[in-house]
Amino acid sequence: MQFPIYMDNHATTPVDPRVLEAMLPYFSGKFGNAASRSHAYGWTAEEAVSKARETIAKLIGASNPKEIVFTSGATESDNLALKGVAEFYKEKGNHIITTVVEHKAILDTCKRLEKQGYEVTYLNVDKDGLVDPDDVAKAITDRTLLVSVMLANNEVGSVQPIAEIGKITRARGVLLHSDAVQGIGKVPFDVEKMNVDLASVTAHKIYGPKGVGCLYVRRSKPRVRLTAQMDGGGHEFGMRSGTLNVPGIVGFAKAAEILIQEGEAESHKLFGLRERLRLRLMKELDELRVNGSMKSRLPGNLNVSFSFVEGEALMMAIKDVAVSSGSACTSASLEPSYVLHAMGVGDDLAHSSIRFGIGRFNTEEEIDYVADLVIGKVKKLREMSPLYEMFKEGIDLSSVQWAAH
Amino acid sequence: MAYSEKVIEHYENPRNVGALDKDDPEVGTGLVGAPACGDVMRLQIKVKDGIIEDAKFKTFGCGSAIASSSLATEWLKGKTVDEAETIKNSMIAEELNLPPVKIHCSVLAEDAIKSAISDFRTKQTARRALAGEPEAKADGEAAGARGE
Repeated sequence: MQFPIYMDNHATTPVDPRVLEAMLPYFSGKFGNAASRSHAYGWTAEEAVSKARETIAKLIGASNPKEIVFTSGATESDNLALKGVAEFYKEKGNHIITTVVEHKAILDTCKRLEKQGYEVTYLNVDKDGLVDPDDVAKAITDRTLLVSVMLANNEVGSVQPIAEIGKITRARGVLLHSDAVQGIGKVPFDVEKMNVDLASVTAHKIYGPKGVGCLYVRRSKPRVRLTAQMDGGGHEFGMRSGTLNVPGIVGFAKAAEILIQEGEAESHKLFGLRERLRLRLMKELDELRVNGSMKSRLPGNLNVSFSFVEGEALMMAIKDVAVSSGSACTSASLEPSYVLHAMGVGDDLAHSSIRFGIGRFNTEEEIDYVADLVIGKVKKLREMSPLYEMFKEGIDLSSVQWAAH
Repeated sequence: MAYSEKVIEHYENPRNVGALDKDDPEVGTGLVGAPACGDVMRLQIKVKDGIIEDAKFKTFGCGSAIASSSLATEWLKGKTVDEAETIKNSMIAEELNLPPVKIHCSVLAEDAIKSAISDFRTKQTARRALAGEPEAKADGEAAGARGE
């Protein structure tokens, strides 16, 4: 085993060796600019990009490869989708609907649009982190342009009912965008079957390189228009100027091809590993709470609150494992996760949460090692925890007058 | 976040983890912080003849919070109650090289010390009142008796 064991695959994934191999020729021998029309270097690059468009279109069920607009990644795709649609259709309306558990790339873009005079409705989620499609239906007005709901949540892995939401938005003539970054290739996603009009995808969450992604923009029924946010050479059908990252795009497509072939089998494997970890932890430790839906969940996600133990202290204890915490002490701010908060998880449990993101290269041996390590360290930290002692004495911690500080 | 070596050392080998009998009149208990804020410290002192002869802690919190309370118990032992009161959060923060975002851990440790001392003094006052003793400063006398 290689230490620290990487179990933070929602943050990013390593590049698959097959992806790296596919990319390498495009750094040196096949270095051409895909926009160069006058020589073979350009033609070779352009051919690689069009093949990549086809593969990525296939991965998400898009009928036309020209619906794939390459970007620098999902943050740019999210910005382009929301700002581009809002700007292009501003005569038609000014209202956007999204959810409180979206990635910051959506939430902060919405905040900026609000400052510019747009109205945004932020839908709440239930205790499992799921959006109710009925809430989407109720929020739509005659001024609504766009609904944006993520496919799967990056913290708790909850998979949103995109197909049901798509039925509603299509019937009401409203566009649907989905930040599909976390769910692509792991759970079913098909822009045609689900009536999705715009979708953000990034390569580095699917074992491709960082710095490349795409925005799916529907071309027919309805044809989606958007205002470019980057001015220049008019690349990507006028929607995103800038010389294409050809090696990155080739790697992105190779990663997509692997998922088309192996995604389903891989999801079964990830589910097995996740359940192995979950069941071991639940057997050996009391007072655990799994955050997020168990029915509609990413196969490789396990977000657990270890009550009476603080998340950052636990991460320090298990430094042989690379995971992340819902306790915000890790970041500059001291606020616990807004996603857990939105699900009604108390701040005490939010401070006690750890996110395990299991991926392609994790093994059963690693899962068992991590389970043993976590069990041992949680027991040790609970021995050190005044809260666990009080709980064992039968004291109701919610009845104690704590001095908030 | 990168922790200082001293924080890691205390975190991995915490001193004086445990509990003292909170009903013992010679024991003062301080419980500070809140679960919702991500840290709760319980610090206890056992005082004999004005000298803190034992100190124990249990902490729910990050590595810096655990290290701050561990260091506090180490410093408390052997001090008079009056001396213990002079321990400041800045001393703890400096000793452990706490970064700015972790200063609140040392503040909490100072609060825990103050709270434990206050609990001990309240108990002593109550005990004397019950016994009909005058309001003598028991720990003050003992501090003098140490002859330092």
